Order: sequence, then C-alpha cells, then structure tokens
Amino acid sequence: MRKVYNKVLNVSGNVVTVRAEGIAYEELAEIEASRGTSLAQVIKIDGELVSLQVFAGSKGISTDAEVRFLGRPMQVNFSENMIGRIFNGSGEPRDEGPRLTENMIEVAGPSVNPARRIIPSEMIRTNIPMIDIFNSLVKSQKLPIFSVSGEPYNELLARIALQAEADLIILGKIGLKYDEYMFFRNRLEAGGALSRTIFFVHTAADPIVESLMVPDLSLAVAENFALHEDLDVLVLLSDMTNFADALKEISITMEKVPSNRGYPGDLYSQLASRYEKAVDFADAGSVTVLAATTMPGDDVTHPIPDNTGYITEGQFYLHDGYIDPFGSLSRLKQLVNEDSRDDHRAIMDNMIQLYADFRETEEKKSMGFRMSEWDKKLLHYGDLFVDQMMDLEVNIPLEEGLDRGWDILGQCFEPEETGIKTDLLDKYWPED
Amino acid sequence: MITVDVDGEVIQNEIGYVQAGEEHLKSEIVRIDRNTVFMQVFEDTKGVRVGDEVEFTDRMLSVELGPGLLSMVYDGLQNPLNELAENYGFFMERGAIVDSLDRSEKWEFTPTAEVGDTVEAADKLGHVPEGIFEHPIFVPFRMSGEYTVESIADPGEYTIEETIAEVSDEHGQTHELNMYFRWPVKEAIDLYDQQQVPHEPMITQTRIIDSFFPVAKGGTYCIPGPFGSGKTVLQQVTSRFAEVDVVVIAACGERAGEVVETIQEFPELEDPRTGKSLMERTIIICNTSSMPVAARESSVYTAVTLGEYYRQLGLDVLLLADSTSRWAQAMRELSGRLEEIPGEEAFPAYLESRIAQFYERAGYVELGNGENGSLTIGGTVSPAGGNFEEPVTQSTLKVVGAFHGLSRDRANQRRYPAIHPLDSWTKYSGMIDDEKIQVGRDILEKGDEVNQMMKVVGEEGTTLEDYIIYLKSEFLDNVYLQQDSFDNIEGRTSLQRQKYVYGLIVEILEADFDLEDKANARDFFNRLRQMFTDLNYTRMEPEEERDSDEIIKTKEFQEQEDEIMSFIEEHLADA
Repeated sequence: MRKVYNKVLNVSGNVVTVRAEGIAYEELAEIEASRGTSLAQVIKIDGELVSLQVFAGSKGISTDAEVRFLGRPMQVNFSENMIGRIFNGSGEPRDEGPRLTENMIEVAGPSVNPARRIIPSEMIRTNIPMIDIFNSLVKSQKLPIFSVSGEPYNELLARIALQAEADLIILGKIGLKYDEYMFFRNRLEAGGALSRTIFFVHTAADPIVESLMVPDLSLAVAENFALHEDLDVLVLLSDMTNFADALKEISITMEKVPSNRGYPGDLYSQLASRYEKAVDFADAGSVTVLAATTMPGDDVTHPIPDNTGYITEGQFYLHDGYIDPFGSLSRLKQLVNEDSRDDHRAIMDNMIQLYADFRETEEKKSMGFRMSEWDKKLLHYGDLFVDQMMDLEVNIPLEEGLDRGWDILGQCFEPEETGIKTDLLDKYWPED
Repeated sequence: MITVDVDGEVIQNEIGYVQAGEEHLKSEIVRIDRNTVFMQVFEDTKGVRVGDEVEFTDRMLSVELGPGLLSMVYDGLQNPLNELAENYGFFMERGAIVDSLDRSEKWEFTPTAEVGDTVEAADKLGHVPEGIFEHPIFVPFRMSGEYTVESIADPGEYTIEETIAEVSDEHGQTHELNMYFRWPVKEAIDLYDQQQVPHEPMITQTRIIDSFFPVAKGGTYCIPGPFGSGKTVLQQVTSRFAEVDVVVIAACGERAGEVVETIQEFPELEDPRTGKSLMERTIIICNTSSMPVAARESSVYTAVTLGEYYRQLGLDVLLLADSTSRWAQAMRELSGRLEEIPGEEAFPAYLESRIAQFYERAGYVELGNGENGSLTIGGTVSPAGGNFEEPVTQSTLKVVGAFHGLSRDRANQRRYPAIHPLDSWTKYSGMIDDEKIQVGRDILEKGDEVNQMMKVVGEEGTTLEDYIIYLKSEFLDNVYLQQDSFDNIEGRTSLQRQKYVYGLIVEILEADFDLEDKANARDFFNRLRQMFTDLNYTRMEPEEERDSDEIIKTKEFQEQEDEIMSFIEEHLADA
C-alpha cells in the first residue's frame, strides 16, 4: 500500500513538511524533485503535519512535488552479494553492479542485551607494534583514532584494514574527499582485500543527510554478518567528526536547542548508539569498530572527541605521524596481553616508562640543563624507540616486535636499569 | 516524545502503554495541557503512528519491592535482563514484558505478627530467608492508617503472590496482603522515625578514601573525572570491598562492556565478609548508553528506591551511580524535546534541584523498632572536557558531603587511584587521628610547592632540606595514596591496617634524617619506598582476624617491618 501526496507545505533546510495521514515515525518516503527521486525519512509528526528529512537535499523540490510513503523504515540489503561492492548513504550501489533488493534488513535495530554480552578475550593482530604490543586491539572493541587534519589517519586505517585478522571489513566513509575515496579503493585493491570488503561511501559532494545513514548501514550489515554468518567483522568509520557535524547541521535546521558549541544535546546518545553496536556474540561472530575522529583545533576537550572518549574503550592518538604512546589507551588490552607471551606486559610497561623518562630528559635538554650519563642513555634509547617501534612503516608481528624491544633495551641499558623482573631478564636479555 | 488526546482523568507521571501494532510501548506522562498530554516513551518510537491508542494504567512509574531483588540484573525500568534474554534472545526487543520479581519462586515464610495485632505501613508481618539476610515481609508502604491483623499464614513455602495475611482497616474492610508491593520511584521512602547525621565511617578499604577523604554511612560523595581517569575502576573496586550489607550498582548511560565484567565476575567472586558470592549482596541496574534515553533518566530513581527499601530492612546500603552526568544529559534531552527554556549548557533549569533531591534520599535513619539503616550514595560525574566548572559537577558539589576529584595528570602518571590529594575534600571525619592526617596533608602541600619550584630552578637550585620534603611527599604518595587495586592483599586494606601503617609513615615523615646530599637522599627514599611497597604486598593480619580491634601481625609482616625500622635507625640524625 503506497500513499501518495503532492502538497509540500514547507521547505526548510533539508526538511520538507507535507500533510498526510496514518504515517509512522521514521517511515521512508520517495520525493520527486527536478533532479530525480530522493529518499526521505519521517523525523517528526505533528497531527497531520509530517516532516521529512530529504536524503538528497531539498534543492529543486517544488511545492507540488510527489511524496510517496513506502510504509517501511530504512532498510538495507544483507547478502553475500554485497561483498566487494560499493554503496552510497542510501544503500544504493555506487558501482556498476546491480541493485540488491532481496533479503532486506532494518537498520538501527535494538541494542544487545547486556546480560547476553561476553567478556572480550581475543586479540586482533595488526602487525603495528604500537598497537599490538602497547595497546592491543581486542575483538569487539570500539576504538577511535583521534587525529587532526593532515595526519595520515586514512593510511593507518587502510593498513589496519589490509593486515588485521578479520573475516569481513566494512568501510563506512563519511564526508570523504573524492581522492581519499580513490586512495582507499586502490590500496585495498592492490592489497587484494576488496574481495572481503563492503564499502558504504558518502563523499563530501553527496547530500549531507546521507552521511548520517552511513554508520547505521555499515553497522546493521556488520551485525547481521556476525550473528548469522559467524564472521568476525571489522567496521572502519571515517570520519566520525563529519557525522557529528551533520547531526549538528540538521538539528539546528530543526530548531532544536543546542547544548555545547552548537551540537545537539543528544550527541552522546547518538554516538553511543552507533559505537555500542560493537559486540562479541556468544557462539557467533563479532563486530569491532575503529573510527577516525579528527579533533577540531587538536582539542581533545572539543565536544566530539570528548563525548567519543567517554563512550569508546580507549583511543589511539595520532600525532606527528606517530601513534602517541601517552594519550593512547586500549582499555581492553589487559584481557589479552597476559596470554600472548610472558614478557609482553613487562616490555609494554617498562618501555613506556623509559620513554616517559626520555621525554622528560629531552625537555631538560631543551632547557639547557646538563646531561648526565643516564640522560645520554635515555636519549639514545628514545631515538631507537621512535625509529624502530613508533614509526608507522614498521610492519612486524607481535613476537618479532617483542624481540626487537629486548634488542633496543640491550643496546642502551644494563639489565638492572630497566626495572624488569629478574626471571624475565634471564630469559630474554640479549647476549652481545 | 508523543502527544496524546485524552478524555477522562489522568495523573502527572502516570504510566501508559502506546499500542504500536503488536507492541506495547511503556510511556510516562510528563506534561498535561488541558486535554492534551505529553508522554515520553521508554522505547524506540520507530513506527508509532498518529491515531495509535494509548492505554493508561492509573499508576506512576513504580518498582516491585519484595524478596528476590538481590543478585538481580535489571534495566532502568526494573525489567530483569537475564529473563529478557531467555525469552527474547540477544537483543533488547521493544515492548518486551517480563515480571520484575519471580512469580514462581517459593519462599520459606515465618510469621511474626499475630491475629489481633494492630499494624501500620512498614510493620513486619513475618520474614523469609533471602541469601544471607532475613528478609522481613512488610505491611505495604503505601497503606495509610492502622489495620488489625485478621489472619496470618502458617509457616511454610509461598510464592510472592500468595496471600500471607489479611488485615482489616477502621471501616472493617478486609485487605489481602502478599509478599510484594509497588512503590513509585520518584518518591522517597520515608517510613522511619528520624534521620541522624551520618557519623559512622563507611570503610571502602581504599586507603586514600578511608584515611584522607572518608565517607560516612548514610552520607553522599561524588567522583568527577575526565575520561580515562579511572572512575569506573574505582567504583568497581568500591563495590567489591566496601564494608556494607547491600550494594546497588546503577550503570547509567555508560559502556555495556563494563557492566558485563561486573555481571560475569561477581557471581565468581567471594565476599570476604560472608564467604558467599559477591552477587548475593548486589543488585545491578543497567541502562547502558545505547539503551533508550527516557529509561536512563528513570534508572537512577529505580536504583535509589531499591536502596531505600533495603535500608528499611535495617541494613547498610551503598548505591553507586555511574555516571550521574549521563542521567543529567538524559534530563537535558527530554527537556529539549518538551521545548523548555534551557539553562546553562542547555541543561534544564531544574537540574540543580533534581540532583539535590536525588542525593537527599541518602541518609542514616532510625527505624521504628530500634534498628538503624543507612543508604550511602556515591555518584561519578563525567564533566565535558574534564572541566569541573560545568553545571552537573557544580550542582553536585553543592549537595554532597565528600568530593573525590580525579585528575588526568595523576592518571597519565599511572598514579591510581587518581584522586587528587590536594583538591579533594570531605566533611565527614574518619577513624584516624586528625592530627596525624594533618601531618600528611602538610607534607603533600609543601612537597607540591617544592616540586613546582624545581620545575623552574632545577634540582641544582633547590636546598637539600626542601628536596627531602619533596621526597617525603613522594614517598607518602607512592606507598600510601597509591594502591594497586587488583592485588588481593594490597587492593583491600583493612581499617586496622590503615591505622597501623599510617602510624609508621607519620613517624618517617616527622623524622629528621642524616643525608649528605641529594643523590644520597634520593637513594635512601628509593630504597625505603621499595621496602615499603613490599610491605604493602605482605599480609598483615590473618584473613579471619581482619575485623579484630587488636593489631595482629603475621611473621612475614613483622620481619619486613623490622627491616624497615633498622634501615631508618641507621639514617636518623643524632638527636
């Protein structure tokens, strides 16, 4: 049953209002405009006045545009056929392939019952030592990459996508520049990962409303692959700042009261309902979420990174091309780094403490204080650590990374200067 | 938010169910405007249509009170999550309805009231065993006036729905009573004789809290801190080790993963006080960040009402709310939807009074029968950007009795618990001599000054005397304020042990040492720190003697202590 109306009463921003009856909240509709048909979603019903958010934007909508209500909420296809394909923020193909219309699933479904969640316990290896050794990524974790414009966060995401142990990768791209989109495509194609990847792409040129749908589409598909196909799915979202800015734009158009720097009061809930889709299902697959968040003005107290930090299980800071060992934190790492290798935690803790000492020494040096023998050792250590561990080009498995850690310590210090327990020193300390 | 046309009578805060297709969505009236009422829906409103019918229930949002609450995991509306999972699977389906209290479980009832007794609300009719407690069966709190017991059930097994007593009111009308009743969550349970000023310390076994910033039973405290500063870990540790009878955990708008850890670990952990599983003294109210926001607003009220109920049993109850900022944000979202005029940072104007009312529900009370009960409330606050100058933190600070401010700097330096020793405060007095605590505070303050100074003039420009003060403050911080909460011995320090060890530390802080130069002083304190850290990991009193008033020390502890003392002797300056 399709209801058709053709009297648009009000157009404001990307929201149009029509008079209609029997319409359900969050129902979808199609609107004819001069440029073609666009999807729209009901976001407010006031008696007979129904407000719809038009995905393609309200440009060119005439007052007698035809509005066809579809009688269903937002849906997306869920099938094997999606793998390797590219879709836009309405779930329509962006590539040459056919439309997929079978086996449609609803997006933004209910959240998982906390009583049915399980404690995460498996590491996802990425072959990036700053992640694997120092802040291990854990299956079903939700983790943002805090960064600023100009940092290589897309390269980092692409590398994780290529190297991480995941059955399926879903890339949700929000407000991406076209060349960044091409970069991703080419990297994944070259790495042979296209055959296990699904793209949902919204570029900066696409309508803003579609950017809001990208996380929901990506996560709904991921959830279903995890639950019904037992796959471990890695969802990469970039850039969630664009998502939050789109929320702001639409909420202001809707004349909602802004809370902090113009962002809507429910920013936390909106972000949380997406990030919380990360889950490990008992006896089925899992969903892991990694999301790039650019911090406006490199300010971690900005509402977007601030709210994100309260939601996610840690964060990676990308600073000056490195994953910064200080601000970065994986809240779940202690669940997995006990069983990897017996020296994992010792290397992790002690190398970071020594790195912290190195940074202090560096500061002292820049202030012109005299350098002691110990300071010189630290400076040597710091250089090696940055070059051989922190550099994002370093691409080695966890065990090799730990060996390299011992090697660096051996080059710089006497065993007892490291603060590592004696039994580990006996076992791993390199002989010259 | 929906608006409904009604004819007939409705009550503010009344509960109604929206009939959206097959599903019945629980909603609450939040504003009445002639024949139009505004309702907040506790579930996702997807698919609700104009014209859908709403069924009103004639009662406000309430919880079921009776035996069987302990060890349950509920959502913010008291839906039991484990039972939901059994019936509905992985997801929190809309409109799911399950009883809060198990209707089929049988309880061994022992009557204490007799036929002919005159009773009123909150009087006991009998009791049933619930885990480690004897759970009284009350005359429902809502019943006003005096009643005469007409009949009372014989000892035996009953479900909570079976009648266990009949009472008649002054008009001769008979009421059948069973073992549970409802109470509206937004009203405080005030059926006690009088409230006392909180005076008895609540021991958390976290040293910096018990010694420096104690909390009294029936008191209130808040833990504000930026993300990553360890709020949730601190709350988890407190929920494990606090010396109270019942702990209610309200996970309000936070990560689901954290609650999962508690849900799965608590049944496995032994409560050292009772030898039973920790879960048996715990109730978890869990409305995590992705669950509907209206239910999040209610979840803290649900939690505090359950807390008040167990206080009414004459027990010491601790409510841990994590995080009250998410609750405040839920109020903000709902207020925004009602298009109310916003206050600071778009929080509603009534934010402050709501926070005050919430914390006022804590208290140390004298019940009618000579028993006492207490409800202590500890709430975390997640200030935006870690800046304490924001409405929720400020409104909370006005009403609480203790402030445990977490600091990002301390967390970055891995100094846990990251409670800032100079910024935090408490209005309650603890069990350790105030003068001794003041010695510690003075050292910390002076040490901080010296440290600030050293950053400018360098170590070279600092006198040896100042440098030693700085080292003493670092020593106190390292071996006493910081605590490894994951260690079985170090993680929970009994009050006796705190008193004793802190006494040793004060001796060291007040001592005058004979140290040649700074390198020498640093070595000395490093050594001392190492020895004291080892002492902290050594068991002092045997497990069964933890509550003893006497100082009992194990051999290992005594040896380690002797070693420290002789090391100190060697370096004391001549008198």
